Amino acid sequence: YAWDANEEYLFKAVVAFAMRRYSSKSTTQISNVLLCNVTDRVSFWFVVTDSATNATTVPGSEVEAAIRMNRNRINSAFLLSDQTLQFLKISSTISPPVEPSTPVWLIVFGVVLCLTVAGIIFLIVSGIQRRKKKNKESSEREDFEEKCEVTVTMENGIPCETLDLKAGHINGVYAADDERFASL
Amino acid sequence: ADAPPGNPKEDGRPKWDNKFQYILSCIGFAVGLGNVWRFPYLCQIHGGGAFLIPYFIALVFEGIPLLHLELALGQRLRRGSIGAWHAVSPYLGGVGIGSWLLSVLISLYYNTVLTWVMWYFINSFQEPLPWSVCPLNENRTGFNEECYESTAVNYFWYRKTLNITPDVTEKGTLQWWLVLCLAACWAIVYLCTTRGIETTGKAIYVTAIFPYLVLTIFLIHGLTLPGATEGLAYLFTPNLNILKNPRVWLDAATQIFFSLSLAFGGLIAFSSYSSPKNDCEKDAVTVAIVNCLTSLYASIPIFSVLGFKATTGYWDCLDRNIISIINKFDLPEQSITRQNYTTSIRLLNISHPEKIAALKLKSCNLQEFLDQSVSGTGLAFIAFTQAVILMPAPQAWAILFFTMLFSLGLSSMFGNIEGVFTPLLEIKIISKSIPKELLSGIICLISFLTALCFTLGSGSYWIDIFDSYAGSLPLLVIAFFEMTGIAYVYKIKRFSEDVKWMTGRKPNLYWQITWRFISPLLLLIVFVAFVTLQIQKSPSYAAWNPKYEYFPMKEEKVYPPWVLAICVLLSVLPCIFVPLVAIFHLIKQMLRSKDPSSVPPAVFSCQGANS
Repeated sequence: YAWDANEEYLFKAVVAFAMRRYSSKSTTQISNVLLCNVTDRVSFWFVVTDSATNATTVPGSEVEAAIRMNRNRINSAFLLSDQTLQFLKISSTISPPVEPSTPVWLIVFGVVLCLTVAGIIFLIVSGIQRRKKKNKESSEREDFEEKCEVTVTMENGIPCETLDLKAGHINGVYAADDERFASL
Repeated sequence: ADAPPGNPKEDGRPKWDNKFQYILSCIGFAVGLGNVWRFPYLCQIHGGGAFLIPYFIALVFEGIPLLHLELALGQRLRRGSIGAWHAVSPYLGGVGIGSWLLSVLISLYYNTVLTWVMWYFINSFQEPLPWSVCPLNENRTGFNEECYESTAVNYFWYRKTLNITPDVTEKGTLQWWLVLCLAACWAIVYLCTTRGIETTGKAIYVTAIFPYLVLTIFLIHGLTLPGATEGLAYLFTPNLNILKNPRVWLDAATQIFFSLSLAFGGLIAFSSYSSPKNDCEKDAVTVAIVNCLTSLYASIPIFSVLGFKATTGYWDCLDRNIISIINKFDLPEQSITRQNYTTSIRLLNISHPEKIAALKLKSCNLQEFLDQSVSGTGLAFIAFTQAVILMPAPQAWAILFFTMLFSLGLSSMFGNIEGVFTPLLEIKIISKSIPKELLSGIICLISFLTALCFTLGSGSYWIDIFDSYAGSLPLLVIAFFEMTGIAYVYKIKRFSEDVKWMTGRKPNLYWQITWRFISPLLLLIVFVAFVTLQIQKSPSYAAWNPKYEYFPMKEEKVYPPWVLAICVLLSVLPCIFVPLVAIFHLIKQMLRSKDPSSVPPAVFSCQGANS
């Protein structure tokens, strides 16, 4: 926004408001605030005259204290900040940074660590289970192999002992084959 | 009895789930933090685009041959570094032991760098970011003095993170927050490497691919930032005169070498788990090219962001000057803008020179801001964090950036740990009595306890020492012996036969020439040049000393003798095993030949061993 006479009027009003709040004297008027040397830069000098006697000026320290107390309100009246609305000789105090009760990074660290430890435990437990299963399987296989050796040897599903016991049957088809082949 | 059906491990050795996992692991191992914070810096200081010429020459004549050699060796012999080199020739066993020791040393300090990354990551969840504001001093009247004189970003790095001591001899205390982060990092490494490649193979899908996603996001965002084009122009403008400087060629050769993670033993370990008939030639070329392209791809967003940072710094400088001029001359707002700054100041200097001089304006020069080149931790934790504060939604960018760095480092850690783990698994006593999970747990625990010394106040000085002395010279020596060992002890003819058996075709003329002559010669030249350069400058370091008179400049200090002794020890220890083991076997051979009743040693056959 452009700086014009209306803004100057607002400024005077705000300074008067600050003086009233500070000294609790409800007598300071807008006309008590005087601006001079207004430049294009929008910088100027201002004094506050005592409302009782229209000639003397209020000491600078009082004005400074009043403005310091109400800096926030003055800034927001003009939609400006401490950097953009500067009162020379009134340095702004720096607000301390907000410190949460637990540092945020500890929380994030806790999350990361818990996830990692959960993963490790899962892997170790599954590894132990796998090893137990493998041991059980290999021991089962060994038992099975032992059992196989004890079983009777099979030949086409017929136990070998039974086959051996019978005398060999002569197969009639082949017995009569002699005359089929040509003699050498 | 029939073999039980579905047994994939014919020789008991674990295998990669698929080829893609293997390639991705090799790429993840090769692509690490150096691609992001070392290559762009080298490009910048060595004449921009012109640096690519020595870089590609080094790649073709040094990087790819050595990479192919290591991958083929591991695949053929199917053993980790110690076993493989012992199998090549007992006299070369020291090369394997040297590689193994190197992997141990590097794993120790590399994970501490990841600790720092993790610390920054968990601090990125705050508003405002902790490195953007200075803390107040005791009586709340102003900012903390150390922070005020340097910058908030520097303060957070040197004081809040490292709590650095002014001297390498001052040990300082263990920084508990770093100890916690170190424990978390080693826990994550243990989680991913519990069962060797079985677990890293799954983790690598995330850690190897995620950085590319983030780099793309940063690329798109970075190119939209103001000042990005200046940064990129500055990076890539070729200055061909720089090629006359031998330093450039040396840096290119060493960068290729360290970037591809050669001579660590990790690549041999990885390839030993792949199938014997895999095409290792294609793998080697693929990994090398992907690594180089990643370096190039990463330098674009990095330099866009750095260009943005320089431009913002330049604009801040201009703005501060403009405010003081406007205040002094009581001119209206916007009368002097950045665009007409130079003309206005010239006019004012003509009309009111004494007023202008009284203002003591700082000269603002964009080139000066761009020239503030940083590499390594300075790039990530100081320059980039400063740039991130200036972006919209800085928390999101910081989180993305640090997770990217963490994945890059983690995938390289997998290779390092595998280089330590695999040879240990091949020692029969260990593999029979201890399950894999316990062995990897023991390795991680011992490494964590040893790495605690890097979390002391002087820790970062020690990491620099490890990086410069353990992570550089011994690698060159080991690689040289690798090449000459294969070329002249094992003989290239035999090696070519092995490669032909694996890939189905004989290695062509390029491989023959580079393996036999060019690469060993190049490595020798690089080694000699490196040593001469190291000897010429007396080893010194830059210390952060708040009481220094020129603070925030760093103080140049010289290493005390006992630190120098440790440096020499770090460089020499891995290399010393090469001659030691050769001499040991020579003596054994001589004693055996003196004893007439001994059986002559059988001709060694290098068939794939059943491990």
